[in-house]
Amino acid sequence: MTTVVVVDHGAGNLVSISQGLAASGARVEISSDPATIATAGGVVLPGVGATATVMGGIIDSGLEETLQSLQVPVLGICVGMQVLFDRSEEDGARGLGVIPGVVRRLEGTPRLPHIGWNDVDGSHPLLIGTDHTFYFVHSYAPFPDDPDVIVGFTDYEDVFVSAVASGNYYGVQFHPERSGSAGLRLLANFVSLCAEVSIAT
Amino acid sequence: MIPCLDVIGGRVVKGVNFIDLRDEGDPVELASRYAAEGADEITFLDIGAAPEDRGTLLEVVRRTASQVFVPLTVGGGIRSSDDMKAALRAGADKVTVNTAAVRDPSLLAACGRRFGRQCVVLAIDARRVSTGPLDGGWEVVVMGGRERTGIDVVEWARHGVDLGAGEILLTSMDRDGTQAGYDLDLISLVTESVEVPVIASGGAGSPADFVAAISAGAEAVLAASLFHREQMTIADAKTALAAAGFPVRSAA
Repeated sequence: MTTVVVVDHGAGNLVSISQGLAASGARVEISSDPATIATAGGVVLPGVGATATVMGGIIDSGLEETLQSLQVPVLGICVGMQVLFDRSEEDGARGLGVIPGVVRRLEGTPRLPHIGWNDVDGSHPLLIGTDHTFYFVHSYAPFPDDPDVIVGFTDYEDVFVSAVASGNYYGVQFHPERSGSAGLRLLANFVSLCAEVSIAT
Repeated sequence: MIPCLDVIGGRVVKGVNFIDLRDEGDPVELASRYAAEGADEITFLDIGAAPEDRGTLLEVVRRTASQVFVPLTVGGGIRSSDDMKAALRAGADKVTVNTAAVRDPSLLAACGRRFGRQCVVLAIDARRVSTGPLDGGWEVVVMGGRERTGIDVVEWARHGVDLGAGEILLTSMDRDGTQAGYDLDLISLVTESVEVPVIASGGAGSPADFVAAISAGAEAVLAASLFHREQMTIADAKTALAAAGFPVRSAA
């Protein structure tokens, strides 16, 4: 059984994400311990709130280098995905820099924050078996330097990047742990991905 | 479509115009039922004044979050950014502030800075006034409707958003629990005045009421008694919105 570690950097709701992963057949640990995270079969980096707060929590917990050097699948969720990039225009915060690009405030959308259920256009393995409708709560979205890392788009009058994949780092702007059966399926797809990697290595 | 669970001492209650409360059931059971019916979000409001109730509510949130995978909004008695942190840790995605923000508006800024404005919801209880300086407008009421403030609802909504609120939960106290329809004038006025999403609350009685509130500018609609008493299912409400041409998510 694959062990997926949910990174506890002091902010955000870890209850639903842990339950969602457990429902997908993973052994779930919530941890802020670098050694535990470094030896996991997969890592989920959640994040609710402000970029600077999430990044501050990561640095204070001494997790920056650990998170930058992981070889197993890593799934960043919402702000947890945004901190995978170089920096965010929100508070001018810098990120982990494992995916080149910046995070910018959405423009041209009807209302901000963007809160609600929207479709994600893409065919990445993470999205297989879902109805592609997920729950979003955000005002910022990633602008990757390399368009090849984009695996999902969402049209909220303005089209923005809602899913990315770069090597072993994956990220979604929406909240799978809040997206009903579609979200649970995405988490299960991530757990399968972790299991495949651990068999292959 | 957002069912709202008013909670006191671990039980769901619902009244009319904020009084005459009656028991409606167990919050976790109701939340699970609504999620299965396709609720897009679930709101828990601790309407009990007792501080010891807050722990009870957080326990309800924790139990719900471990089995219900839709967004949870939690409010009632939030007085500091630490209170907000406790609610988020228990499994809330968004937290509403009401009376405490009126008393100390800097609370909105503090919460917005610390957790991001997208999870800070300003709950405004509004009451139509027909005398005094706000004649013909709406006044903010606090303490569960027991205390008038003399503050204009539109001014407060604008100010709250400037300070750090990312969403407004707008409840018409006049319509609350009456099933007489949302206060559409109030909804239009507030949605025209702010850029953030506004959730309409208070008065839902029929599928047509949901359509009217969204047409008036609300981003989402909240209802309580209608769903608790099984006068309508969430699926019925969504069908009505879809028939009117509004995008809805099909039941999970």
